[in-house]
Amino acid sequence: MKQRISTRTLVLGGLAVCLLLAAIVSFWVSGHPDGLEHVAETLGFADSAGDHGSAGSPFADYGTKGVDSGFLSGGLAGVVGVLLTGALMWLLLRLVVRRRD
Amino acid sequence: MHVPDGFLDAPTSVTTGIVAVAGVALALRRSRGDLDDRVAPLAGLVATFVFAAQMLNFPVATGTSGHLLGGALAAVLVGPWTATLCITVVLLVQALVFADGGLTALGTNVTLMALVGVWVGWLVFALVRRVLPSRARSVPVAAAIGALLSVPVAAAVFAALFVLGGTAPVPAGTLFGAMITWHVVIGIGEAVITYLVVSAVMSVRPDLVHGAQHLPTGRSTSADRESVTP
Repeated sequence: MKQRISTRTLVLGGLAVCLLLAAIVSFWVSGHPDGLEHVAETLGFADSAGDHGSAGSPFADYGTKGVDSGFLSGGLAGVVGVLLTGALMWLLLRLVVRRRD
Repeated sequence: MHVPDGFLDAPTSVTTGIVAVAGVALALRRSRGDLDDRVAPLAGLVATFVFAAQMLNFPVATGTSGHLLGGALAAVLVGPWTATLCITVVLLVQALVFADGGLTALGTNVTLMALVGVWVGWLVFALVRRVLPSRARSVPVAAAIGALLSVPVAAAVFAALFVLGGTAPVPAGTLFGAMITWHVVIGIGEAVITYLVVSAVMSVRPDLVHGAQHLPTGRSTSADRESVTP
């Protein structure tokens, strides 16, 4: 099967798509409760959720503390999340991956 | 379906924590067999994509939304062991930095999404792949069916955990019914996204797709590559 693009192009292109989704597209997504939250509200156990241990994080709830514009606040959080996830996975892979020789 | 702190009692959370640690430890060992430095970049990209995609809640009905869980998608692209690691990294970042999914519920969320979501998605994919013709176009279709089923099964496992160790009294039948119904609908979105992303990767780098290894020219050796791409 044909390899149309190099791994480098795949990773850089893919990363660009992820940044676009997390930083920009995420602004227009549905703010409604998700399936679990909806069921929890309907059946009356939503209130048993406690305060989150990371509620004090500067990026709690996908916003950036101290940034007033909703677009920038969410966008910045998205960029941080994408880069952090990528970096953490990269570190993990360095430990796990065997080299081909 | 990120479970917050407080939904499940301590014994249940400890139990899912043990299951999660055992599952991830096993995945760390077993993923070595699937990962080499050629496919590793795709694994990094998969974790990053699942994080980004989970920010995108799509509406499923009035007043409710859903987002990709990504277990089946990751399993088909990088294999189930590596996929377990990818989804676990996403859940860690979400819980620690974005306050999404409780800290004491981390074991529960890893169990539901990185173990149940990944493995149900992978097993259904592997079954459907056997039935479909052995060609590249079957891979995204089988992946979509795996994705479709993985979401309601994960939802049913949550319902079972809540019946066993929930902190509020809820009739079991109603809870199972509601969780499964909503997550079948969310599963349709999961299937569509999984189909599109697997198709996209298959169209540019089929040689990297773990779920396409069985195809005659799946993982091309360097000799194949020379004969296919002049």
